[in-house]
Amino acid sequence: MKLDARVPSGPLADKWQSLLDEIKLVSPANKRKHTIIVVGTGLAGGSAAASLGELGYEVKAFCYQDSARRAHSISAQGGINAAKNYQNDGDSVYRLFYDTIKGGDYRSREANVYRLAEVSNNIIDQCVAQGVPFGREYGGYLANRSFGGAQVSRTFYARGQTGQQLLLGAVSALNAQVAAGTVDLNIRSEMLDLVVVDGRARGIITRDTVTGEVESHVADAVLLCTGGYSNVYFLSTNAKGCNVTAIWRAYKKGAGFANPNYTQIHPTCIPQSGDYQSKLTLMSESLRNDGRVWVPKAVGDERAPNDIPEDERDYYLERIYPSFGNLVPRDVASRNAKNVCDEGRGIGTTKRGVYLDFAEAIDRLGEDVIRARYGNLFDMYEMITGENPYKAPMRIYPAPHYTMGGLWVDYYLMTTIPGLFALGEANFSDHGANRLGASALMQGLADGYFVIPNTLGEYIAGAKLEAVSPDQEEFNAARSEVEARTERLLSINGSRSVDEIHRELGMVMLDKCGMSRSAEGLTEAIEQIRVLKKEFWSNIKVPGTGEELNQELEKAGRVADLFELAELMCMDARQRNESCGGHFREEYKTDEGEARRDDENFTNVTVWEYKGDDAEPVAHTEELEFETVELTQRSYK
Amino acid sequence: MAVTGIILFGFVVGHMLGNLQIYLGQEQLDHYAELLQANKPFLWAFRSVLLFCVSVHIWAAVVIWLRNRSARPVKYKMFQPPGLDYAARTMVWSGPIVALFIVYHILDFTVGTANPDFIKGEVYHNVVASFSNPVIALVYMAACLLLAFHLYHGLWSLFQTFGWDHPRFGWIRRALAIFFSVLIGAGTISIPLAVLTGFVR
Amino acid sequence: MKLTLEVWRQKNGGDKGGFSTYELEDVDTHMSFLEMLDVLNQDLIVGGAEPIAFEHDCREGICGACGFVVNGVAHGHQKGSTICQLHMRHFSDGDKITIEPWRAKAFPIIKDLVVDRSSFDRILQAGGFVTIRTGSAPDANALPVATDTLEHAMDFAECIGCGACVASCPNGAAMLFVGAKISHLALLPQGMPEKAKRALKMVEAMESEAFGACTNYTSCEAVCPKEISISGIARMNKDFRRASVAGAEPAHGKKR
Repeated sequence: MKLDARVPSGPLADKWQSLLDEIKLVSPANKRKHTIIVVGTGLAGGSAAASLGELGYEVKAFCYQDSARRAHSISAQGGINAAKNYQNDGDSVYRLFYDTIKGGDYRSREANVYRLAEVSNNIIDQCVAQGVPFGREYGGYLANRSFGGAQVSRTFYARGQTGQQLLLGAVSALNAQVAAGTVDLNIRSEMLDLVVVDGRARGIITRDTVTGEVESHVADAVLLCTGGYSNVYFLSTNAKGCNVTAIWRAYKKGAGFANPNYTQIHPTCIPQSGDYQSKLTLMSESLRNDGRVWVPKAVGDERAPNDIPEDERDYYLERIYPSFGNLVPRDVASRNAKNVCDEGRGIGTTKRGVYLDFAEAIDRLGEDVIRARYGNLFDMYEMITGENPYKAPMRIYPAPHYTMGGLWVDYYLMTTIPGLFALGEANFSDHGANRLGASALMQGLADGYFVIPNTLGEYIAGAKLEAVSPDQEEFNAARSEVEARTERLLSINGSRSVDEIHRELGMVMLDKCGMSRSAEGLTEAIEQIRVLKKEFWSNIKVPGTGEELNQELEKAGRVADLFELAELMCMDARQRNESCGGHFREEYKTDEGEARRDDENFTNVTVWEYKGDDAEPVAHTEELEFETVELTQRSYK
Repeated sequence: MAVTGIILFGFVVGHMLGNLQIYLGQEQLDHYAELLQANKPFLWAFRSVLLFCVSVHIWAAVVIWLRNRSARPVKYKMFQPPGLDYAARTMVWSGPIVALFIVYHILDFTVGTANPDFIKGEVYHNVVASFSNPVIALVYMAACLLLAFHLYHGLWSLFQTFGWDHPRFGWIRRALAIFFSVLIGAGTISIPLAVLTGFVR
Repeated sequence: MKLTLEVWRQKNGGDKGGFSTYELEDVDTHMSFLEMLDVLNQDLIVGGAEPIAFEHDCREGICGACGFVVNGVAHGHQKGSTICQLHMRHFSDGDKITIEPWRAKAFPIIKDLVVDRSSFDRILQAGGFVTIRTGSAPDANALPVATDTLEHAMDFAECIGCGACVASCPNGAAMLFVGAKISHLALLPQGMPEKAKRALKMVEAMESEAFGACTNYTSCEAVCPKEISISGIARMNKDFRRASVAGAEPAHGKKR
């Protein structure tokens, strides 16, 4: 597998512009002769499909939801970063770049991250022009809030629904193109395979989830914008439908999968309340600005939180990290919560939870101030738990939230399969081993609005693309494979539901490939996953047929792929003998128990190549070269 | 619907004000009636406009009713939508009942066929004669109450239809609708009530 | 607690459909409503029956995918929430719960509680956007927007397009949805140039779908999970009326 990142030469700040100056263009008359498939209609897919349609390409967009505007980007709460420096607090493109690369623990590609910071400002302009109602100050100009991992205030927001508003903006642009006839939007269509002809991505196979019809779609390029795979943990903050299938099928057709183990576990989520739990709900990180995190000092303390006196409480973040206290980065906060629960000091019925206490803040500022700051979050908490957080501390626990890993892409966002591109969370490119808050939205829109419309042209103009037909051999083979797989899932006719086995997979993953990992645990996990996978393929029950709306069948197909991914995640985590960002290996820590990177051996990206169902995948590496920033150890003590 | 509603509302107000002259005595009311009858071409032109408005109003109501019925071909087994405006729910039957009442009202006081003591031109006499029958007086009061409800919802709907709204003063719409419907309800009901109680004889 | 569920089951759009009754023995009060259905579905699957199909995705009340009528109320009786945010602690032991899909001609049933809401998207595609080329926008701060105006627009922009307004309207009208979408853009200066055209196009698209007409029942705003006000309907009507009178195209400066 050849990994050429194709990063333009020249100084970091000039790379993107010099590429734009020299990149090959496709003439307007020729663009309409090229069909581009875009899978997924979230921030990355929606903005890409809209922008490409506007340029004149024939775009075919696909989503599994009943509407493009339901993609999971909609759930993002906090905001979107940009280096506007509207606050006059010294922000710049370089600072945003630096914070992002440092936050990612120096495991991302410099040039990509710099470009992300560079186009961040255009994103804000574009969104405002579309009618995205970002919060404003009284003078009518845009407001910002601060977010973790930065010393400047650069996050733009629309109440607690920034993702929703950005997605509605992107989808409105998409709708305009649907109306103009340049985008053919296919809802309730799930991509089940990628078709490669003569080494190039030339189409996809989809299943219409209402009729069950399996269809072939031909294109000159395929863009996968299908988000992340945190649902491998079963319980996560992702939407129930989020899955790995599209990028996993691409991996099995030859696309390299980069850093699959890099997962972000978000520290402030509402804990699980019982075995029936279907998902976890995120509470904005901003709560940690005023809330104090604690657990009882004694193991097995069953008293109600308000009955535990001050000197019997352990405010562990303040104790361990006196300078950052409750505001340590996400990975640190999560890991410490896990540690105290492992010690048996966890709270709540499941003992997997810690308190987030506002009593001191309410005392100091008054309930009204707290209500003004976090009222909607407190209401949401009460709606879900039935507990009043003004009276008793909130219970929180970390939950899988975002996956930094994904398909390997070069500077042009192209994967190792020519003609196959990956955008947004589906690729690996910008967040390294840990993502900073408010950066996911930025990346999705940067890729879709500003990167791919330029870099796709280079491929289309340069590739000699023979005409292909949806009836040719490669398509027929892929289609029969998809149909056979569906048939197989339906015919197992065992005695357990898909969810039940998926839940078990999730427990293994969270335990052994979650907030903290060890070589021994990962090896065990791989064994357990293999056993479970066998159980899955021999004992699940999928009722109904393939020729109708069959939600269990959809789920089964997705979980089958998650099983294969889970194994790869564990292998990836096991080979990375260091701790970095969200990847914490128990064997690699400092004397104080903090993460210890190994820059000498692991300043690289691990890219996995599929070698067949019965063969071990092969790991390749892309060495990361840092020309501009100096690698430092993160410290929050 | 809203445009014809405004015209018909205007008529109802004028009609009521005219009729309230009953409290000024027989002479005044009969004189007023005479005045209305004086210019025949104008009278008939006025009546045609009203008839036209009523027809369009009813036609629009029927069209909307049919369309709304077809918008939900399969009914809910259990349907308890919260926040339902009470007056809105009455429109479907208050409309036809008010229409029937108008027909009766014309037969009673204009044509006279429904009023055994009818004397053409002697409005005061006819009113007293009709309302002295408690059944008829009660029917009139019930119909006028219904009319008030109908107008209340109609008036407030009018503001919505024309988009007359304001984030701060939007409440005035409800207030105006209540004010006018109470006024009309009270004014119209007062006449049969006055006759029935012997205040007007 | 014990519950009796009466759920609408319908194999597909062509099937007649009917109610099925399910007895649940041990429902935890901390469950969400959808988790309660998950548990029932697990039993159905293992028992060899088809699970109840219902739409859901984020389960955080923002994607707008979920929604059905619980005991006669769209999204259930909890104010300002979607059905995924309703928890079982609001029910009591022995309750009988009737669950029906959104019922509207414009939302044909696909299966059980899943309906086809693409009519909403067709309305949005008719004009629910600001025409702006990617990359051609001026600086975001070039045009100040008063905070009150902004917040007002945001109130409408919060619409999640779930369809509860249609489901709860005795007329099956979509005016709250369309009014919200039109008002969001009409209130912002960025949406002004296309205001008239947008109102005409979107209202025309709405009229061409099988929705009913608004007669101001106001139950749409009472069930709206985002508590969007019917003042959006007034604004839509105003914009539409003005655009109809003036015409969507600007008056010509020259005789043609």
